[in-house]
Amino acid sequence: MARIGVFVCHCGENISATVDCTKVAESIGKLKHVALSAEYKYMCSDPGQTLIKDAIREHNLTGVVVSACSPRMHEPTFRRACAEGGLNPFLCEMANLREHCSWVHEKNDLTTEKAIDIVRTQVEKVKLNHALQPIRVPVTKRALVIGGGIAGIQAALDIANTGHKVVMVERSPSIGGHMSQLSETFPTLDCSQCILTPRMVEVAQHPNITLYTYAEIESVEGFIGNFKVKVRKKAKSLDEKTCTGCGLCTTKCPQKKIPNEFEQGMGMRPAIYIPFPQAVPNKPVIDREHCTYYIKGKCKVCEIVCPTKAIRFDQPDEILDLDIGAIVIATGFDIKHADFFPEYGYGKYKDVIDGLQFERLASASGPTSGVIQRPSDGQVPKNIVFVACAGSRDPAKGIEYCSKICCMYTAKHAMLYKHKFHEGKAYIFYMDIRAGGKNYEEFVRRAIEEDHVDYVRGRISTIYEKNGKLIVKGADTLLGGQPVEISADMVVLATAGVANSGAEELAQKLHVSYDSHKFFAEAHPKLKPVETNTAGIFLAGACQNPKDIPDSVSQASGAAVKVAALFSQDELTREPLVAYVNRMAPPLYSTCVACGLCKPVCPYQAIESEEFKNREGKVIKKAAKINEGLCQGCGTCVAICRSKSIDLHGYSNNQVYAEVVALLNEY
Amino acid sequence: MKTGIYPGCSLNGSARDYNESVFALAEAFGLKLEQVADWNCCGATAAHNLNKDLSLALPARILSLAEQNGMDEIIVPCAACYNRLTVTQNELKRDPELKNRISEVIEMSYNGTSQIINVIEWIDKYIIPELEGKVIKPFDRKVACYYGCLLVRPYKVLGYDRPEDPQSMDIVMSKIGATPVYYPFKTECCGAGFSMSRTDIVANLSGKIIEDAESRSAEAIIVACPMCHSNLDMRRDDINKYWNKKFEIPVIFITQAVGLALGLSAEKVGLKRHFVDVNVG
Repeated sequence: MARIGVFVCHCGENISATVDCTKVAESIGKLKHVALSAEYKYMCSDPGQTLIKDAIREHNLTGVVVSACSPRMHEPTFRRACAEGGLNPFLCEMANLREHCSWVHEKNDLTTEKAIDIVRTQVEKVKLNHALQPIRVPVTKRALVIGGGIAGIQAALDIANTGHKVVMVERSPSIGGHMSQLSETFPTLDCSQCILTPRMVEVAQHPNITLYTYAEIESVEGFIGNFKVKVRKKAKSLDEKTCTGCGLCTTKCPQKKIPNEFEQGMGMRPAIYIPFPQAVPNKPVIDREHCTYYIKGKCKVCEIVCPTKAIRFDQPDEILDLDIGAIVIATGFDIKHADFFPEYGYGKYKDVIDGLQFERLASASGPTSGVIQRPSDGQVPKNIVFVACAGSRDPAKGIEYCSKICCMYTAKHAMLYKHKFHEGKAYIFYMDIRAGGKNYEEFVRRAIEEDHVDYVRGRISTIYEKNGKLIVKGADTLLGGQPVEISADMVVLATAGVANSGAEELAQKLHVSYDSHKFFAEAHPKLKPVETNTAGIFLAGACQNPKDIPDSVSQASGAAVKVAALFSQDELTREPLVAYVNRMAPPLYSTCVACGLCKPVCPYQAIESEEFKNREGKVIKKAAKINEGLCQGCGTCVAICRSKSIDLHGYSNNQVYAEVVALLNEY
Repeated sequence: MKTGIYPGCSLNGSARDYNESVFALAEAFGLKLEQVADWNCCGATAAHNLNKDLSLALPARILSLAEQNGMDEIIVPCAACYNRLTVTQNELKRDPELKNRISEVIEMSYNGTSQIINVIEWIDKYIIPELEGKVIKPFDRKVACYYGCLLVRPYKVLGYDRPEDPQSMDIVMSKIGATPVYYPFKTECCGAGFSMSRTDIVANLSGKIIEDAESRSAEAIIVACPMCHSNLDMRRDDINKYWNKKFEIPVIFITQAVGLALGLSAEKVGLKRHFVDVNVG
């Protein structure tokens, strides 16, 4: 005889403001098999949980229905409470009165009626629940860090320093990311390379870190603690063991006019190249798309000059199979370029550049060795207009969000320019100055007060060229919307930060969610900012949203701790809500006829086949078998099974049927 | 396909030259253009500043008349009329309730079936494909194509050309032998309706448009809007006084430029009506 306890939560006023919770509790209390129906303001709080635990013991409950919020957040909470009360945690169900009822309806009788219906379905369902035991799976204690920018570097080093193995995969030929392109960093103006390159070297030399550059994720299967990852190591056309990194090949390559990605197109590179002098690893790769040999079938100058004969033109891509326990995504971001802005000439003016290009101009290792020169004629600009919020916070451009880093780096850019060229005049057009961060506001004040950067509050409507000057037209909204026109030598656009190319594709390979701007989505905006919705996959840095260096580094360390915590256990427990094929006594063994229909529909490759043999070892029966480790409980196999031999723990056909019948019947 | 024409007030008044050149082109290519019978004012700037229903009802009546006349499309040479008609068609399409209300106001049924095209679309559709061999006097000049505000904006409603850096006139002009110059003032404001009340503002703004075109060695400014034309051409004296300069660059409707390239006479395309002498073509 079932004895069900029902606990109706008010969720503060989230539910009780529209649903008459007392009426719900009373009506449910009258149902058959309901031993107790109680209500409380915050069921997830300690007194609320105690209420459940005590009731289980007092009324000897055989099932519990918590009528509260979506199970996403608090199902584990209440299952734990039930377990502490002495009830198998899988005999607890949640009725979602918040997202499915109170938040989406007006306050009236019908809403309360619907709430009662929702609870009734779960009461009927929980009667059919079975006690289940969690599944135990081993943990592979090796982490994968995708992306070798500052976030990836920090996460990899932190994990490696806890004693665990780390594999870092970076798609470009060197680690370092955007931070290696920066000249100085705010708010201290210390040199980016000086603080970054030692960490890059540390990654390369760390005994616990295996580094694969020029490599990309091919596929990811499996689940937390047990991922199977295929990595494509793109052919560098070079034997890395033999190559000494002398760089002779890069100086002799006849192909020299390829826009240099590291210099943001402000400089050129050969087809065999080391991206920048401090690259890690400091060995070249051949860019096959631009290499004369791969295009025309002859050249091989690099092979001829190489003193160690390290060039391998026929080297194939290599696929690595890795067993991975946890994944940190640190793939970073990109920025919009000047061609995104028709009002600023679709990128056709050479002296209208973006923020990263300015970083390269200001960098001591950049194409101009740190002298700020106009790309068009090499002259030092006598004045520069900096445009903040170029694209950001602009719904008309499809980018509603704030890119967060631009206010600070624009102030930095203006300061760097003024420090290098004292007579220069720097204007910054801005919407608001968002300098929330330690010593950030002080930094901006320094730009205004000490370096006399001219901040103009207003936006730029258009930029055009006239007599070799860039005419910048805008408005000064602090002076009554007066039109402003500046004849500038150079314009720097603080363009919006956007998701990196390939982010969407990677998210799909990893089965993690992403937002409408293709940034990776966190599991909870406040309480799980480092986790993704997929267990065992974590986020670090600007792949989640534009972030500055301190934020990226903090989050990377956060992700590393999550990984370390995971690796502190030898085994993981998983929810046993998985599919199973029925088993019967011989001679039937199972109603499954091994038709195999379930196999191709399973998105997780969790279905295997099983053979039953007699004493002579002869196969007398075949049936499907579900790998509990891989099954995610989606139920697709249940739906396709013709002989109804597969069912799902926790969501059996009978349970769903009971829910439907409950809705159809009057009570 | 029956093509109608809605002239609006200016093509019968200050922009008769524009009207004459449109019909001259139609005649040269054997295109029929029937005027929308019993047409009324499009409401211009005045109506939508005063009363939204009025600003929709006036163009709606014109569109209804066009439907009654069985016109599949109507060419609207005036950029302001083109804008008002298209905005109305768009709003009534979006909001069926509004459409019914406006239908009641004008006491006519309105379906929104007549397609509205501007003069450049008309040239693109009917004249450019037939152009081969007909350009006997190529318009071999540097020109600045000036689009103004109403022809390409708002993009979400008109969906025509690029709002920041439009190209359609430049393309037509290059097809008749002209060389369009790089011209960033394509969509800058000419002063528009301030022509009457604050001529000094028009003199300033239109002056900038002219000054930039001249400085880029353009030999003519090409327009497709009566308002732009009157501000740049008729107000030239005011502009010259304001700027203390003597700007001489002529302002030519695109239909006139195409007509000249076909070998039509200056008189035929209405060039004699200009305030600034036209010595090109």
